Order: sequence, then C-alpha cells, then structure tokens
Amino acid sequence: MIKKLSLFILGFWMIAVLAGRVLQFSPNHIDLNAILSLPNSTYLLGTDDLGRSILARLLRGVEVSFLVAIIVTLVTMTIGVFIGLVAGFFGGKIDRILMQITDIFLAFPGILLAIAFSAVLGPGLVNLMIALCITGWVSYARLTRGQTLSLRNRQHVQAAESLGASVPRLIIKHILPLLASILVVEATYSLASVMIAEASLSFLGLGIQSPDASWGAMLRDAVRYMLVAPHYVLIVGLSLMSLILAINLGGDYLRDKLDVRTEK
Amino acid sequence: MFIIKKISNLATVIFGVLLLTFLLIHLVPGDPVDVMLGESASTADRVQLREDLGLNQPLIQQFGSYLRKLSVGDFGYSIQTKTPIIELIKMRYPATLKLAFLSLIIGLSIGIPLGIYAALKAGKWQDLVVTLVSVRLSAMPAFWLGPMLMLIFAVWLGWLPVSGMESKASIVLPALTLGFGLSAILTRMTRTSLLEVLNDDYIRTARAKGISEPNVIIRHALRAALLPIITIVGLQMGGLLAGTVITETIFSWDGIGRLLVESIEKRDYPVTQACVLVVALSYVLVNLFTDVLYRLADPRVKFAS
Repeated sequence: MIKKLSLFILGFWMIAVLAGRVLQFSPNHIDLNAILSLPNSTYLLGTDDLGRSILARLLRGVEVSFLVAIIVTLVTMTIGVFIGLVAGFFGGKIDRILMQITDIFLAFPGILLAIAFSAVLGPGLVNLMIALCITGWVSYARLTRGQTLSLRNRQHVQAAESLGASVPRLIIKHILPLLASILVVEATYSLASVMIAEASLSFLGLGIQSPDASWGAMLRDAVRYMLVAPHYVLIVGLSLMSLILAINLGGDYLRDKLDVRTEK
Repeated sequence: MFIIKKISNLATVIFGVLLLTFLLIHLVPGDPVDVMLGESASTADRVQLREDLGLNQPLIQQFGSYLRKLSVGDFGYSIQTKTPIIELIKMRYPATLKLAFLSLIIGLSIGIPLGIYAALKAGKWQDLVVTLVSVRLSAMPAFWLGPMLMLIFAVWLGWLPVSGMESKASIVLPALTLGFGLSAILTRMTRTSLLEVLNDDYIRTARAKGISEPNVIIRHALRAALLPIITIVGLQMGGLLAGTVITETIFSWDGIGRLLVESIEKRDYPVTQACVLVVALSYVLVNLFTDVLYRLADPRVKFAS
C-alpha cells in the first residue's frame, strides 16, 4: 500500500508538471491586483506576494528541483564510484590518501560544506549544482570502496586476473556489475537528499534566484508572509512533504526489493 | 593505543579542515577584495584590505600566517563592522550551544520512550503509528518543520512567540524543530537495538527468574541497548550543529548559524570562514568525545582492542 501511495504521489507530480507545460502556465506572470490571494477559480492555489500563481510556480519549481537532483546525482555518483573503485582496487598508499580526503570532507556536518561553497561561489543554479557536486561524492566513494575491497578478493575476480585480464576489464566487467544494485538504492536516497539540500540552500537565499521558481525560495517567502497569508506556507509545505515522503518511501521499497544492506 | 591512533588521525583531519576553510576565500570568482568591498570602494581601501588579509603574499605563506593567527585565537576582523571575529563568535556561540542542548534533551525525552514503546509493541498497529508519525514526519528537514511549527503554535494557536529572542519562550519552537529531527532517529535506533537485545538468552533468564517486566526492560535490556544510542546521539550532535544554521535563520535566533548566513548575505567572507571552521571543529571534537565515551562504556570493545 505504501509503495502504491508513493508511486501515486510521484505520478501525480509528474502529470501535473506535464499538464502545466501543455497548458502553458506562466510561473513568472505578475498580477498586482491579486497579491497573496486565497485559492480561487483563476488561481487554483492562490497567489504569492507578487501576485504570481502558486500552482504554476510549484510546478516549475519541482521541475527545476528534479533536474538539479538528477544531474547532481549522476555527477557525484560517477566521481564517487571512480574514486571508490580506485581506492578499493589498488589499496595501499592510494587508498590511504583518498580515504584521508574523504575523512576531511566528512568532518563537515550535514550541508555546512555546501553552504560554504555556495557562499563563496555566489548564488545561482549552476553554482548551486557545483557546490552540491563538490560535497556529494563522498558517500559514493565510501560505499564503493568498501564493496570493492571485498569483491577484489572474490574468486571470479582472481581467476580473471590470473588469466591476464587488464585492470579496466577487471573493474568494468567483474566488479562494477556487482555494485549496481547497491548503487541504485544509494542513488534514490541521494535524489531525495539532493532535493532537500537544494531546497535548504534556496531557502537560505544561496540557491536558485528570483524570478526562477524553487520550493525552498518559495517557502522562505511564504514564511515572511505567514501572518497575512498562511495558506501560502501551508500549500508549499504540504507539497514539499508529499514529495519528500514519496521519494523516501520509494527508496525504502527499492532497498527491500533489491535486498541491499547498506552499512555506513 | 586506540587513543593515540585516533588522535593522529584527528590531527590530519583537522589540518585538512583548516586547509579547506582557508582555501574557501580563494574560490571566490574574480577578486575577493572587489566582491567584498563593492564597486564604489576607494583604491586606498582596497589596498588596505588586501594587505590586511595578506592576499598579496604567496599562498603557502598566507596559509602559514592563517594558522599562526588561529593558534592565538585571532580570526581576523569583520569587514562590515570592523569587530574582531573572535568577539562575534564569543557573543553568538553560547546561544547556539543553548539551543543545541535543549534540542538534545527534547530529542532524548521523546525518542527513547517512543522507541521503547514501539519495540514492545513491535508488529502491532501502535508500532506502525509510531514509526509512521514520529519517524517519517519528524525526519522532515528543518526548513519544513520550522515553518510548520511556527504556523501552528505561533500563528494559529498563538501560544509561542513567532521568532526573535526577547522572551524566554522564544527558544521553544527552534528547539522543537531540531529536537523532533533528533527524536526521529533516536526512536528508530532505540526500537531496533532494543528489539535485537530482547531476544537474547539473558533476557529470557531474567524473565524466568521472575523479575518484573519493567525491571527486565529498564535494568537488563535497555542498558545493553543504550550503547548504539550513545553513538547516534554523538553523531547527531554534529548534525544538530549544522541544522542550527537553518533553524536559527527561520526563528531569528542569534546563534552562530545565523551569524554564518548573515555574513554570507553581507559578503563578509572572513566571518563566513570563521563560522564554518568553528562549526566543523565542534563536530570533529564531539565525534571524538563520543568515540572515546563509547569505548569506555562498552567493556567488550575495550577487550577486543
């Protein structure tokens, strides 16, 4: 049931985004006669402090958010898996140095490092993604390294090695496929955490900038007008909740289904 | 032996943290002096700031003098207010600690009882409700939980102040925001580790001896289950420190997290640098402390090493 619910919510948002595109909602259209209005027949979910449609902005925001999450996840996964494979496969000095570096990145709690990087790089979509990529690869590197370390000594890898298989072949053909399912699960969780990180940074004013729509920035504006227009914060808040819960539940489902035990 | 290894590892990590925070200012696109002072600044001011920050020296030398100054507690001064940064930190850090401490108490006093309850009712509907409500909802990020609590308790019910630090009750909402997040993890952790222990032989023995059920749970099961909980609390203290950045911003709580965000808005990079460093170092030290505490608390770990 939970699986169906999470799929339903995700499907709902995807269809809504498509519908928004087809019907050509304009997230940046300003209507100064309808500032902070309640949901009505023209604006289904009401308007924000500049009289822009909340619905249209939510849909554009979720689109941007997904885009950021997918790009950042792909980039961080590629970097992290590469580093983890190198560290785990070769071991020794390389491994020690690489793991020392990941330790340093892990010494910064939560999104502090991403905040620091986007602070110096300046706000904006691209800088936001750079900041999230610089800090996001660490968990993949750790995970991949741990797995590679044990896979390296599996019989099939040793057999291939003694038959003269090259290092790239060993890694690509004999180790990487066995990592696939664990990485897929990690990627779902990272999708959710990148979306949360993006929203957090935008909430702090470090991420996506006006007039571009972002849920984090919308929530920040909504908090500012909470006393006069509580519906704004409520609508954005509930939308955000539905999406984050759906993705996390989806991740749990996937983990059980693929029977992966992630130890971190 | 363990302590020595731990400390030498710690030294490398701290060195790396220092290097990374030092390099931050050099990642500013273009000339950091121009970015900080803006277009209208006079040439004299620019030269002065560049001199003060040591930006015209070679990078290695800059890092050296950065470390030298830090070792005597000199974080430089704020470009906006000209106050020494150490003063700003001394002013703001206690507020963050106070908030983090109260959140920890809230997290523990919600998380552990709920976790025990869920473990005792494992598989029943009460367990499901606790897992769903506590674990799922409380795990929502601070920038969601904060505004929602504000909306309910400050705007609708009017029980608590919306934000600021004027009244004593001001700390409640930010502390709840952080505390709920912590309680979610603690509930899950307590439930899992208690469930593991409850099936052990010595628990059956305790029950067979006729010890009352509450005593079995509290004196026998919970004591063993507490160890992983200590680790989680330690790890989460760090998360709590990072979480304060957003929570303090939402509730206008004048701690170090808000100082960080303010400094970013004003492009006061030396302050940004100092805040990042202080929070990261706090995290590293809390982790070390937890690790040592854990070894001391668990005789098995001590013998094994």
